[in-house]
Amino acid sequence: MRKVETSSKKKSLFKKILSSSNVGDFIFERLTLLFAVSVFLLVILLGYEMYQGSKLSIEKFGWSFLVNSTWDPVREIYGALPIIYGTVVSAALALIIALPLSIGVAIYLSEVAPPWLEKPLSFLVELLAGIPSVIYGLWGIFVLVPWIRKVVEPYLSDKLGYLPFFKGAPYGFGLLAAVIILSVMVLPIISSISRDVLKSVPRSQREAALALGASKWQSTMIVLRDARPGILGATMLGLGRAIGETMAVTMVIGNRALISPSLFDPSYTMASVIANEFTEATSEMYLSALIELALVLFVITIIINALARLLVWSMDRKWKTT
Amino acid sequence: MEIKLSVKNLDAYYGKNKVLKNISIDVPKNKVVAIIGPSGCGKSTFIRCLNRMHEVVGGTINGSILLDNEDLTKTDPVLLRKRVGMVFQKPNPFPSMSIFNNVAAGLRLNGVRNKKQITPIVEKCLKQAALWEEVKNNLNDSGANISGGQQQRLCIARTLAVSPEIILMDEPASALDPISTTKIEDLIFELKKDYTIVIVTHNMQQAARVSDYTAFFYVGELIEYSDTKKMFTSPDKQQTEDYIRGKFG
Repeated sequence: MRKVETSSKKKSLFKKILSSSNVGDFIFERLTLLFAVSVFLLVILLGYEMYQGSKLSIEKFGWSFLVNSTWDPVREIYGALPIIYGTVVSAALALIIALPLSIGVAIYLSEVAPPWLEKPLSFLVELLAGIPSVIYGLWGIFVLVPWIRKVVEPYLSDKLGYLPFFKGAPYGFGLLAAVIILSVMVLPIISSISRDVLKSVPRSQREAALALGASKWQSTMIVLRDARPGILGATMLGLGRAIGETMAVTMVIGNRALISPSLFDPSYTMASVIANEFTEATSEMYLSALIELALVLFVITIIINALARLLVWSMDRKWKTT
Repeated sequence: MEIKLSVKNLDAYYGKNKVLKNISIDVPKNKVVAIIGPSGCGKSTFIRCLNRMHEVVGGTINGSILLDNEDLTKTDPVLLRKRVGMVFQKPNPFPSMSIFNNVAAGLRLNGVRNKKQITPIVEKCLKQAALWEEVKNNLNDSGANISGGQQQRLCIARTLAVSPEIILMDEPASALDPISTTKIEDLIFELKKDYTIVIVTHNMQQAARVSDYTAFFYVGELIEYSDTKKMFTSPDKQQTEDYIRGKFG
């Protein structure tokens, strides 16, 4: 009896394959589904592996890992607060510098520039986004840091030295250098995506504004308003890049786990801690703490990217209804 | 009869390509002038010259266009477009603005910020565009969340809010269903009491229904321009008659 049942089940599956009119299509569908699912599995697996690897540290330090500010491998005390602080502050400041510049670039490219200039300029901007970060790092060490040490920091401490942000000795290496280099790296990403977003606003919107007697500037503001969610999405992607950036930052930030209001002081970011210290991580606890740091970075990046996606989707849906 | 708009020997170009050849038309005040002709005959280009939108896409013109005896090709286009409003083929409300703000947009662009001043104008224009009854309870909804026909009437209300003297309509009903089309046509009939209207249309019945005068364009030339009734019963030119009878186009 049971045998008959299974054979009929087999038959029905076989029928199903045949009834999908084309065996090739059936295989094609399943195969691509498999590939798509594998990406999803990879992310889950990555998260799971990191969780497993960091279990030791999570069990020992619990939430204090996130709020404790001592990072001392010798005494085996791991508190990541200064590192998280360095990551967040450097990325946020970089964004504050890069965002207005990027939007300016995007507006120029999409609304103002004549076509013969727009093409090569856009290409250059996209080229900037593709430069390997170690090259930015080299430029940072040999050009940016000396310039900051000799010109920027003395000037700032002279004029604004009474503020806590500009106190201390001018090393060159430090948070300020990291912020500047990050903003340079983030700028092409935000501006090229923002340009695409602005260009995706239909021409009829600009014409609607102009036909009402708007000046070029006013019609651009209306276009910008329509593009707001997309630009926000671009900003989030830029933020993701700034938070995850490793090489260039490590080369100029000074690499010390320190919470200081001064931009002149050295700092540390999650990505650079991992890159610098995993070779020295001799004890299991040390390694586990580094992996937990990676997990925190992973989660933050996923959240930022998910938010960016959602924002871009909300924009797309809006256009479909018109 | 008072002439509101007088086009004299107008040539229009895209780059070196001459798309309008020596067009001369007088548009009387508070009348509706329909522009008909097959695709690519320059109808849209013609009305886009009238509010100088033609130059926004890089076009150039030759000749003169007199608005109340003042050559509009020599005035500031931003100021001109406040006097000559335009309704486009595809409804294009601002999706990031509410219905109310869509209508108020033109006023705000002109520096009217006082809400007490704006509210009655918005209501008046929505009523004029025969949309008020349908949207009065959801003025704060997005301008993109209403039907296509309502969106087009919203665009008309938005145009009216700037209180233009002339309204240009570029196939305003071609993307709409028959009921919405009827509403727009009724609206045009109402609007001509206060405004002068130039409408481009693909649909000859529409031209016959709404307009007082009709101009027939063919490959960039004005073939015939006369009283609508005459045009559709006994046109002077053989070409016009062929087009109206549906022999080509």
